[in-house]
Amino acid sequence: MTKLAKSPWVVHYNCNSCNGCDIEIVACLTPMYDLERFGILHVGNPKHADVLLVTGSVNHRNVRVLRNVYDQMPDPKVVVALGVCTSSGGIFADCYNVYGGVDKVIPVDVFVPGCPPRPEAMIDGIVKAAAKLEALRGGAKQGGAEKPKVFMVPPVPKEQA
Amino acid sequence: MMWEVWFKILMVLILAPIGGAVLMGIDRILTARMQRRVGPPLLQPIYDVFKLLGKEPILLNRIQVIYAFLHLAFIVLSVIFLVMGQDLLMLLFIIAFANIALILGGMSVRSPYSRIGSQREILQMVAYEPILVLMVVGIYLVTGSFLASDIASSGRPLLFSLPLIFVAFLLVLTVKLQKSPFDLATSHHAHQEIVKGITIEYSGPYLAILEIAHFYKVALLFIMLMLFWLPNIYIALALAAGCYFLEIVIDNAFARLTPIWMLQYMWTVGLGMAFTNIIWLYMGRGL
Repeated sequence: MTKLAKSPWVVHYNCNSCNGCDIEIVACLTPMYDLERFGILHVGNPKHADVLLVTGSVNHRNVRVLRNVYDQMPDPKVVVALGVCTSSGGIFADCYNVYGGVDKVIPVDVFVPGCPPRPEAMIDGIVKAAAKLEALRGGAKQGGAEKPKVFMVPPVPKEQA
Repeated sequence: MMWEVWFKILMVLILAPIGGAVLMGIDRILTARMQRRVGPPLLQPIYDVFKLLGKEPILLNRIQVIYAFLHLAFIVLSVIFLVMGQDLLMLLFIIAFANIALILGGMSVRSPYSRIGSQREILQMVAYEPILVLMVVGIYLVTGSFLASDIASSGRPLLFSLPLIFVAFLLVLTVKLQKSPFDLATSHHAHQEIVKGITIEYSGPYLAILEIAHFYKVALLFIMLMLFWLPNIYIALALAAGCYFLEIVIDNAFARLTPIWMLQYMWTVGLGMAFTNIIWLYMGRGL
C-alpha cells in the first residue's frame, strides 16, 4: 500500500438516514471490527478528513450541508456511500422531498450495498476508497462508481404473488 | 570542538522526531491492546504525517501558518537546549513561547471551537507553569546550578531529593502529552471532543507541522523525565519508559475533567506536593 492509503481519516455525515447504517459505522470502531488496524481514524472535522462517509437518501434540506462538508475537505478526497438509500433512495425513493442518490450531488467513488451493510462490507469499501486516494493524486477522476446491482431478496415471480 | 556541537544538534534534529513518533506509535498500540483491539502499525504516526504533507494546503489566513512554524521552531529549540545542557529556566521560557505561538495560532481564526481550545490551553499553562518553575527551583536547591549539564555531574539521582516534585511533574506530563484527564485543548484519542479544539482550522501540511512539533514535544518530555536519574543512563531510560507507560494507563483509566477541575487539582495537589518538597529540602539544609 502507498502512503496516502495507509492513513485514511474518515468523516461521517448522516444525510437523512434512518440510523441503521450509522449504528453499523459505530460497530466498525468497536474491538470486534477495529477500524484503526488499517490506520483509519474517525475524525469529527472535514478539514482533517480524506474519506467522506455518507449515509441516507439525500433530501432538499440537507443537500446544502452535504455539499458544504464535501467542499471543506482538502484534496485528494474520496466519497464512500453506505447503504441502499445512498444509491437509489431505498425505501424513501418515492418520497416527495428525496433526491434519491448521493451521486446526484457529489461524485461518489465507492457504493457499499446493503440495508444496512455489514461492518465487514463497510471496512472493505473504506479500504477500497483509500486505495483510490493514491490514484487521484496520479490524475485519476473523482467519482464514477458503479451502483450495486445486487438483489438481497430475489424478485418474486408474478404468478406466485 | 565546533563540529561536535553541530553534529550533536543534527542528531537531535533527526533522532528526536523519530523517537517521538515511535513512542506515539507504541502509545497507540498499547492503548488499542488495553481496549482489546489490534491497533495500528507501529509507524502509523509517521504515515499520518506523510499523508498530511501530501494533501492540498488550505488556509484561512497567513498568520496562522507563521504561528504553526513558530510553535515547531521553539519546540525544536527547546529540545536542542536541553540536550546541550543549557539553562533550565531559559528552557521553561522557550517551552512557554512555543505554547503561546500555538495559542495565538488558535486565536487567529474565527472558529468558536478553536477559540475554546485556545482558552483551555491558556488555562492549562496557568495550571502547570508554576509547578515547572518550582521543579527548576528544586533542581537548583539540590545541584546549586540552573544548568542541565550540572545535573549529570552531581552524581546522586535527583529522584532521591525531589520525589514529590517528580510526582507533580507526572501530573504536568499528563497535561503536556494531551492525556485523558486533562486533554482539554485538543486530544489525540477523542477526535470529536470540541472538534479537535485548537487544531480545528489547520489542515493538510499545516496540521503535519503541528504533528511533527508534537513528536519533538514527546521526545522533550521523555528527556526531561530522564533528568531525574541522570548518573545512570539505562536506569534513566527505564524510569522514563515506565512513567510513559503509566501515562498511557492513566489515559485509558480516567474520564476527562472540566478545565476548572484541572486548575483546582493542579494548584492544590500538584503545587502542594512541589512546595512540600522544597520546604523539605530547606529543612534538610538546616535553613
